[in-house]
Amino acid sequence: MLAYCAKRTIVALLVALTVSIISFALLHLSGDLAQSLAGPSATATDVAQVRKAYGLDRPIVVQYADWIARAMRGDFGESFFLKVPVGELIADRLPVTLTLGICALAFALALSLPLGVAAAVRPNSWLDRLALGLSVLGQALPSFWFALILIIVFGLKLRWLPVSGSGTWQHFVLPAIALGYYATPAFMRLTRAGMLEVLASDYIRTARAKGLRTMSVLFKHALRNAIIPVVAVAAVQFGFMLGGSIVIESVFSLYGVGYLGWEAISRADFPVVQAIVLVLACIYVLLTLLADMLNAVLDPRIRVR
Amino acid sequence: MMTDIFVRAAEILPPSRGAQLRARIFGHTTILIGATVILTVLAAALAAPWLAPHDPFAQDLSQRLIPPVWDARGSWTHVLGTDQLGRDYLSRLIYGARISLLVGATAAAMSAVIGTTLGVLGGYFGGRVDLVVTFVITTRLALPVILVALAVAAFIGSSLAIIIAVLGLLLWDRFAVVTRSATMQVRALDYIAAARAIGSSTARIILVEILPNIANVLLVVATLEMAQAILLEATLSFLGLGIPPPAPSWGLMVAEGKEYMFFSPWVITIPGAALFVLVLAINLFGDGLRDITAPESRA
Repeated sequence: MLAYCAKRTIVALLVALTVSIISFALLHLSGDLAQSLAGPSATATDVAQVRKAYGLDRPIVVQYADWIARAMRGDFGESFFLKVPVGELIADRLPVTLTLGICALAFALALSLPLGVAAAVRPNSWLDRLALGLSVLGQALPSFWFALILIIVFGLKLRWLPVSGSGTWQHFVLPAIALGYYATPAFMRLTRAGMLEVLASDYIRTARAKGLRTMSVLFKHALRNAIIPVVAVAAVQFGFMLGGSIVIESVFSLYGVGYLGWEAISRADFPVVQAIVLVLACIYVLLTLLADMLNAVLDPRIRVR
Repeated sequence: MMTDIFVRAAEILPPSRGAQLRARIFGHTTILIGATVILTVLAAALAAPWLAPHDPFAQDLSQRLIPPVWDARGSWTHVLGTDQLGRDYLSRLIYGARISLLVGATAAAMSAVIGTTLGVLGGYFGGRVDLVVTFVITTRLALPVILVALAVAAFIGSSLAIIIAVLGLLLWDRFAVVTRSATMQVRALDYIAAARAIGSSTARIILVEILPNIANVLLVVATLEMAQAILLEATLSFLGLGIPPPAPSWGLMVAEGKEYMFFSPWVITIPGAALFVLVLAINLFGDGLRDITAPESRA
């Protein structure tokens, strides 16, 4: 178990390191950074001064080492546009994005677990077909468009829910649905497949033979085992949702990390973009690592692989 | 007498594989629906100059935001109405199909090359090569795709070619994962051992023995990736950093219509619905393809 965890942790660290190199490289895609910082009307001396002020005259490897060393202490430099430390900006906005992600995940699970269980209990029933049909339709729905439709229907026509901002819990309902629906097909299929397998096993037959109530067999005995693969996928999907929050946050004007990233990209605020890519990727790496370990705890067979 | 034997043989022998495949395709509703929609969109895209009733770029400020024909205020001059600049919506929609299909097909082809190469290497050689391949896949999965694609498009300037390249370079993960495990399965089969025994080179085994046998799986992944690429292009264009205006990308049309969606909802529902229908058709086609080519469903 310990060896497995150690191995997975080392891989996770290496992935994080590689991602940091990629996000650092993003900054240098635009060509000469000092030139774009100094602006189009800058003279050669201005550019040289900017280059020196931002430490851009040093070798690229030194620049990277300096950046990553600071980044590990939470210092991502200063935003070019807002003149505020990037770390503070992200710390300010991260709670909104995490709240959105958790709500979206909760919505997806609340919808897909019961449907998945019901579909497995009665395979090929109308409910099973309905669940399958919904997931096929859901996969083809562009999230930004779905979000706009939700705004038109629930925000403007029915006036049930607010459509922009992040003040109250109501502000998170529509964004959570718009972000979460995309993950439901995966959860539903996994739950269905897991339940079908578990329901056919001997211990379920025993539980039924003992005369336990159906609900108790389904949810206490079967679901607990069927849900193991869902845990890992939920962690991965949560990571994807944080990445996808950029679309939903910009549609609903939710002031989270995604919105910050979109703004930063539009005004070429490189340090912010770099930091957000790194932070989101690291959260994802951490989540998958935790999921792997949780899986290993829940299912001892994984450890030997 | 002889014909009699042939007739009887035809009754006893199973139909040829081609006939079986045709029977399966035409017996499969979803694949037929998917293929019909895809072919229709493709035909419209190819015939756009002849089919489009107006110039998709011609602005006419006296004809702004005319509703589609099913609305009381609509007319047959502009079947799907006009946008905020008075451009004919049907014409823009038809020309927009070109962008979606081109981006989808080329990005999927590009990611197929990258992903399949990685997957075959990892799956065939195993060991250290596989460790490296798995690591590359894991790293790619850790990157937030939309954010990175947006950043690259914004920092080096967005154009059709750059969007295709960025998507192709980012979307190969599913190809790599699927190819890797499919190659691992095929590699363990006896006929690969036989090929090695008669002295086939590694390149020959991979190209002639393995790839054709995982081709049906790859085709299914290709449809999924094409759908994914089309959705992502629309998303990037919607966020203002994809295909630059005035090109009629469906995602861009939704973005441009966003301001007017309260009083003229069709400016966002029409291009969004087009996107939804095309992606749905590609997914249905892919699902059907998986059903009819999966080895377990072979009679």
